[in-house]
Amino acid sequence: MTLQTDYIGKPTSRVDGPAKVTGTAKYAAEYNVPNLLYGYVVSSPIAKGKITKIDAAPVLALPGVQQVFSHENVPHYALLDRSYKDQIAPGGSPFRPLHDAEIKYSLQPVALVVADTFELARYAASILHIEYEEAAHETELSQHIDEAYEPGRGKAGYQPPKSRGNFGKGWKEGVAHMEAQYSHHAQHHNPMEMFATTVEWLGDKNLNIYDKTQGAFNSQLLVTKVFGLSKDQARVISKYTGGGFGSGLRPQYQLLLAVMASLQLERSVRVSLTREQMFSFGHRAETLQHVALATAADGSLTGINHFAVAETSQFEDFTENVVGWSGMLYNCKNVELGYRLAKGDIYTPLDMRAPGAASGSIALEIAMDEMAYAAGLDPLEFRLRNYSDIDQAQDLPYSSKALRKCYHEGAAKFGWEQRTPEPGSMRDGNLLVGWGMGGGVWDASKMPATVKASLDADGHLTVSSGTNEIGTGTYTIMTQIAAESMGLPIEAVTFVLGDTTLPQSPIQGGSWTAASVGNSVVEACTKLGEALLKQAQKMDHPAFKDAKIDDVQFANGQMRLRADDTQAVVLRDVVQASGEPKIDAENSTVLAKLEMLKPPRYSMHAHNAVFVEVKVDPELMTVHVTRVVNAVAAGRIINPKTARSQVLGSVVWGLGMALMEESVMDHRFGRYMNHSLAEYHVPVNADIHDIDVVFVSEEDDKVNPLGIKGLGEVGLLGVAAAVANAIYHATGKRVRDMPITIDKLL
Amino acid sequence: MSQVTQAPPPVALAPTQPVSLTINGQAHTLQIAPWTTLLDALREYLDLTGTKKGCDHGQCGACTVLVDGKRINSCLSLAVMQEGSEIQTIEGLGSEDQLSPLQQAFIDHDAFQCGYCTPGQICSAQGLINEGKARTEAEVRELMSGNVCRCGAYSNILSAVMEVVGRELKIEN
Repeated sequence: MTLQTDYIGKPTSRVDGPAKVTGTAKYAAEYNVPNLLYGYVVSSPIAKGKITKIDAAPVLALPGVQQVFSHENVPHYALLDRSYKDQIAPGGSPFRPLHDAEIKYSLQPVALVVADTFELARYAASILHIEYEEAAHETELSQHIDEAYEPGRGKAGYQPPKSRGNFGKGWKEGVAHMEAQYSHHAQHHNPMEMFATTVEWLGDKNLNIYDKTQGAFNSQLLVTKVFGLSKDQARVISKYTGGGFGSGLRPQYQLLLAVMASLQLERSVRVSLTREQMFSFGHRAETLQHVALATAADGSLTGINHFAVAETSQFEDFTENVVGWSGMLYNCKNVELGYRLAKGDIYTPLDMRAPGAASGSIALEIAMDEMAYAAGLDPLEFRLRNYSDIDQAQDLPYSSKALRKCYHEGAAKFGWEQRTPEPGSMRDGNLLVGWGMGGGVWDASKMPATVKASLDADGHLTVSSGTNEIGTGTYTIMTQIAAESMGLPIEAVTFVLGDTTLPQSPIQGGSWTAASVGNSVVEACTKLGEALLKQAQKMDHPAFKDAKIDDVQFANGQMRLRADDTQAVVLRDVVQASGEPKIDAENSTVLAKLEMLKPPRYSMHAHNAVFVEVKVDPELMTVHVTRVVNAVAAGRIINPKTARSQVLGSVVWGLGMALMEESVMDHRFGRYMNHSLAEYHVPVNADIHDIDVVFVSEEDDKVNPLGIKGLGEVGLLGVAAAVANAIYHATGKRVRDMPITIDKLL
Repeated sequence: MSQVTQAPPPVALAPTQPVSLTINGQAHTLQIAPWTTLLDALREYLDLTGTKKGCDHGQCGACTVLVDGKRINSCLSLAVMQEGSEIQTIEGLGSEDQLSPLQQAFIDHDAFQCGYCTPGQICSAQGLINEGKARTEAEVRELMSGNVCRCGAYSNILSAVMEVVGRELKIEN
């Protein structure tokens, strides 16, 4: 029987919707605390060398300029690299802003001008005279592949790819073969909100730090380590984040600059980056990839070889799983995988939506299309013949895997059976029509998260955890889960997040927030239920006298006996009877932490299959993506409304990757030249046509109690490749270098 | 090899001056430097932070406000240029208790995720409705293309705007 207070799985409008559509939702640069100073960052025009002179005097002479900070006057707060490592810092030596005269990359922050107004700080920064001694830089990945090396395991969670079997043997066994090189350029996250930190000086080094981040606790960790502040002194608040996509996983330099300036000047300070400066920290690493596939006469894969070289900075080894997915998505005994890094004079790359997988799936999924053609098979049929029922990379069964359903339901919705295989064989009037497909796999992870649940005497439930809202719907789905868990109407529940004074939560990334925080919400509510039952047993309710927590149910605002639901007590009355203003409970993360230490018994992953239609003008070679069907198997969907939006967004990202997104480095200057939204092209409304999202049913009682797999990244996989494959089908042109701009088709 | 940044010589700073603005029907007088943009005037001097800064170069549309009913990028206008105009921001379109039809439609169609571009999207949509330009889906897509949404909520933005446009057209007929 469905209860009135069942919310999980129901399409629910965002609880933070009214705040977002009326402009009352506050982002980091919008806390207008009194007596605020404004910091403006000056960026290096050279890619390598050193600062020889900073002439701050004329700037300091301007009335209203408070200070010009540079390596010449910023104290060295912390000595060790360790102090500069945030939760997900890769191996190496983290960048320290305004630390010394050395220039490591173009657009590196070299000074911070602090003034009474934003206008003055901006102007003062523009007249700051700095001299540099330039050194020869190297930014072109293809020019130093020979120096590429296998990275260590510096970054938490990174596993080097594992080969198996004998690819050489598999290649020889094959009767059909393909081999090709693939590449894509650097991409920048470009969330709409630019990075900013407002530091409110409360006196005596006590700070409220409003930061743009995907992890308030990560920002706090870095600030406390670098500046030697206590957690109480460095409270980080992040109620809304205007897009993350991975850019906010590591705290960015404006955080350290704003805190430094606040501590030095003993004032409140805001530092906002410009859109140009949004290209001055992490990005999706450029990769050069090689894939070779071989098939037997029946179309089964006899060998898979996938090798990638990715760029990293001179100072950190940024690693991501680019090729590992190629060892698990399809059934094959002989798999050879390789991943190397090459250093350049750039900033360290950074996780960007579906890091590694989005890059690797471009190569693998175009290669699969090429192989299907070489083997004379339909691309969907080819994938079905190579369906992998177990995770061969880990040699583990899947906790669940409904990818076959994604293939079938996606293809049916798209009308794939109408496809004629020959390139250029389908037309819409004058336009060339192409149908292509792709897909992918992404980890279903869960991290320890602490949640507090608190019911007050008015019957209002407040559930809190220091997680983040980056647009993924965290406020909403946690409210749904809490409301259903306590059997309360959704209006009687508030979820609070984004504050380091709340119970600790992991960074918002890895598609793990719904599972990590969601299951912890259930645990905290269960604890609260136990406390309420205990209290009810003190009241005059004989029916509950010997009841255990499993004997009661929370529904429709009441606690009632499962065996006899007429035996019920209103939750509000229980709190009132306690004489306390509220009853609190918090979950424990001990078991979750122990669970992480155990070897896994199942491979836990989400999957998707994407079908794309393009229409190409045969003379102008303009490409329009007219239809996309993205079928996703991601376990239980808590909120189909917000979940659909996440996948819609992923498709938009995939179209961007396929057709326009590219940070263009001018290697003469070692600088990204298109550092603006006018020249770094992202899809706009007119680029987007029909997108259909299908969630196939996938029940999973092993992945975590709620059966959630996460949705932030899986929807992006295979989208760019499917577009490339559709363009091949339309035009006969196989483009292996993303983005597929018109010049590559003419 | 050495390089010198060619910084311009300091100029005499222009003094602040009073600037009178009518925003959401309310008169305000600010004492600000004349090079203050309308966007910064709203956000930094009037605490009207619903209008967003996404690029400061007129490239993203996050700062869209209505001036005499028409859409403008407030980052491309100095505040002083808008003396005597009727400026409407997202805060003036509706409130959490009394949402405008577009604001309600954006919630109903889940036409946003992070919410940062949303006020600009809604102001743009309101502007094109005011201007009587949006009739078909293709027109709305085109006319809303000056507002970048990195979360990729475009399909839902289109549905939300079409719902309100459809209602307006019905009333007209």
